[in-house]
Amino acid sequence: MSADRGGRGSALVKCLVWDLDNTLWKGTLLEGDELLLADEVRDVVVELDSRGVLQSVASKNDHDLAWARLEELGIAEYFVLPRIGWGPKSESVRVIADRLNFAQGAVAFIDDQPAERAEVRFSLPDVRCYMAEQAASLPELPEFSPSVVTVDAQRRRRMYQAGFAREEARTDFTGPDEAFLRSLELVMGIGRAGGEDLSRVEELTVRTSQMNATGVHYSDATLRSLLSDPGHEVLVVTLTDRFGPHGAVGVVLLEKHATVWHLKLLATSCRVVSFGAGTAILNWLVDQAARRGVHLVADFRPTERNRMMEIAYRFAGFTEDPCSCAEAVTGAPEDGVQRLHLVTERREPAATLRIEALELG
Amino acid sequence: MTTPAQTPQSRGEIEAGLIAFLEGRTRVSWDEDVDLFATGGLSSMFAMELVVHLEQTYGVSIRGGDLKLDNFRTVRTMAGLVRRLKTDKDTDG
Repeated sequence: MSADRGGRGSALVKCLVWDLDNTLWKGTLLEGDELLLADEVRDVVVELDSRGVLQSVASKNDHDLAWARLEELGIAEYFVLPRIGWGPKSESVRVIADRLNFAQGAVAFIDDQPAERAEVRFSLPDVRCYMAEQAASLPELPEFSPSVVTVDAQRRRRMYQAGFAREEARTDFTGPDEAFLRSLELVMGIGRAGGEDLSRVEELTVRTSQMNATGVHYSDATLRSLLSDPGHEVLVVTLTDRFGPHGAVGVVLLEKHATVWHLKLLATSCRVVSFGAGTAILNWLVDQAARRGVHLVADFRPTERNRMMEIAYRFAGFTEDPCSCAEAVTGAPEDGVQRLHLVTERREPAATLRIEALELG
Repeated sequence: MTTPAQTPQSRGEIEAGLIAFLEGRTRVSWDEDVDLFATGGLSSMFAMELVVHLEQTYGVSIRGGDLKLDNFRTVRTMAGLVRRLKTDKDTDG
């Protein structure tokens, strides 16, 4: 039954690209057929979307007519980066994978025409191809079944759509960057990790190899065990703008002593570096510590990739100057980890984003 | 101006180059002693871009304690930092 599968086992599919005529819907648009979207196919689209599998379209059709039909069927919003035109489908699938920054092995293609599947497979051997008859059973396949469906996975498609709209706005904007940032109406949320946030922390720490800003690693199990420790704060940072949510973009691990707070970990997504997320989090933390009259100590391991965060720490005022408060901080830093220090004072909130945060006691 | 032979760009040239860079990026005019980060000025995020710009344009490496905001507060302080790092580098060399 899976003769048309590409043989990549059950590695997860991150984007499924649909053909339209006689695959997504029954009938051929340009032959004037009445087009029917079967309930079972609509259910597949909605189900995959809720699992965080992105979906797109590669169809040889008149773009405006086909897209209008998708809108009438109430299903257009589920598709990102649709490619509807007259070029080869392998080219459409390749462009979709590139724009999403996905490996071709993470992309799947479904089409009723054996020749189209063969054309895609010939040019893009890593793309998994499925026959139209398999549509209804796709959600049962392991490659479409992530073991954990996180909060952010459920709205992944909306996050990507917001990202494309944001890119477009940035390209069209001709003023200074700071004015562009203000125009985004950024809102940063900072709250204790817990409940449904747990899965988002996990996803962030799993993907954190490139964005572990402080270069200090904490395993997911360690972070989880600290959630209930009254001496520690595990905080999740989210970001939203007028285009939509960025989802969870940062994790903070803080140990609180009487006279000093020890910032053990600050991880932020590389997606939000250009929004000044790291600086905004540090600025907020400095202000919180100043309200409680405590100093801050931060662990930092300089690497090739976290230069931006080093600058953020230094510009926030962290130095290597010694202070007696360091005696309260337990545990020696690992090799290569600097322990930076800051005498805190109240800070003005950033001009480019609004922070909605808890008060740290 | 103590070691002109080892510093190919004078303080004035560095300052003029920095002002041109700032004006290109912000589309407003700046002079040597304006505080770039005072109210209504640039974000600390832009300061990161300045660090990278200084390093790439003048071939210096800005590390550790030199990365304090006060070094980047005005065109004049930045030019002073660049000159000092270039001198240190040439002397070390």
